[in-house]
Amino acid sequence: MAYLRKSPWMIHYDGSSCNGCDIEVIACLTPMYDVERFGIMNTGNPKHSDVLLITGSINEQNIEVVKNIYGQMPEPKVVVAIGICATTGGVFRECYNVMGGVGKILPVDVYVPGCAARPESIIDGVLKALSILEKKKKATKGLKVTK
Amino acid sequence: MNLLYGLAYLIGAPLIGGIVIGIDRKITARMQSRVGPPILQPFYDVLKLFEKENIVVARPQNFFVFAYVAFMALTGLMFFSGGDLLLAIFAMTLAEVFLVLGAYSANSPYSFIGAERELIQMMAFEPMILLYAAGMYLATGSFLVSSIAATSMPLILLLPGIFAGLLYVTTIKLRKSPFDLSATQHTHQELVQGVMTEFSGPTLGGIEIARWYETVLMLGFVYLFFGFSPLLAIAAIVLTYMFQIFMDNTYPRFKWSLVLKSSWLVAATLGMINILVLWLYFKGGL
Repeated sequence: MAYLRKSPWMIHYDGSSCNGCDIEVIACLTPMYDVERFGIMNTGNPKHSDVLLITGSINEQNIEVVKNIYGQMPEPKVVVAIGICATTGGVFRECYNVMGGVGKILPVDVYVPGCAARPESIIDGVLKALSILEKKKKATKGLKVTK
Repeated sequence: MNLLYGLAYLIGAPLIGGIVIGIDRKITARMQSRVGPPILQPFYDVLKLFEKENIVVARPQNFFVFAYVAFMALTGLMFFSGGDLLLAIFAMTLAEVFLVLGAYSANSPYSFIGAERELIQMMAFEPMILLYAAGMYLATGSFLVSSIAATSMPLILLLPGIFAGLLYVTTIKLRKSPFDLSATQHTHQELVQGVMTEFSGPTLGGIEIARWYETVLMLGFVYLFFGFSPLLAIAAIVLTYMFQIFMDNTYPRFKWSLVLKSSWLVAATLGMINILVLWLYFKGGL
């Protein structure tokens, strides 16, 4: 039952980030923070992933890309928006090509604000997302029973 | 009795293989001065994959992956129940072919190139493993694993070149760096996930279980060199796997042509010379 929690594989997508949050996401994978001790792996493949990490705001050009990545992930899945740009659009929210945060097009489960988000808070956010992932799994199990 | 070993393999190999890969990931992490995942992480991964949705791009995919897992298990069953070594090797090749077909059927560019590279890796692997079987036959006069394992001859002294060659191609078979062209277990990806790209959920879990079978089988191949002393054999198996982990963490990924050329060169020199010398020795020429 609890295996989703023990082995979350992630995929990271850079919306229109300034690269600050991306560097912090990558920092989580380095020996300093080493998220693999929680079983978290960066797969780079939506079909193998459970957690979608998005940094940066959503712009008119990457809407389809983000939706496509999300659609290719097998259920159950969670979305974590990292950094203030992914949360609300941040300083870029007034730009002509920026739509705003990830929440505008995808059901975001956890917001990790910050500019840039600290690796500690990113890890915290992902671990929080894992309990949501489990809840989602339980919810789908319930649906199957009623069928 | 022999069949009992085979059945023990069917049940025990996934457990042993999973733990071996768990230890592998831990040691790899320590080599990179990381804490690393728990030893049981591979089991958590596979159990999680079985909880996930199975996205199927093309329907034949499921059959091909099932055949891959089944033939990989069958290969081990043949090998560990003391069956024909050559037959086991051919069954292993067939299993690999099913994986390649599965990747091809998805019709995605990443899994397509991954499948092509998997074929190249098979081409690189095959000559040496056939020479391994030939060497075993030349030394013991039998292709039967049961009689090769029961021989009192120290085969490692008769077949040192074959052993070195097998060490070289084991890295290819286990898809470890520098030979992780078709798919890699590391977080630095190649071609997204290469041959694995289009498999998800339970299908990917099945492939992972096949990998555990494969790992134990490759270590079984090493055992045959040391059949005269099981203790020495276990030591050799541990050292072999440590060598693989060491290679995995110290070498960057090779280009496909270098993989193919170097492995054929190893087979042609180490393997062939060993067999020639052995043949002359048995002829009484030396």
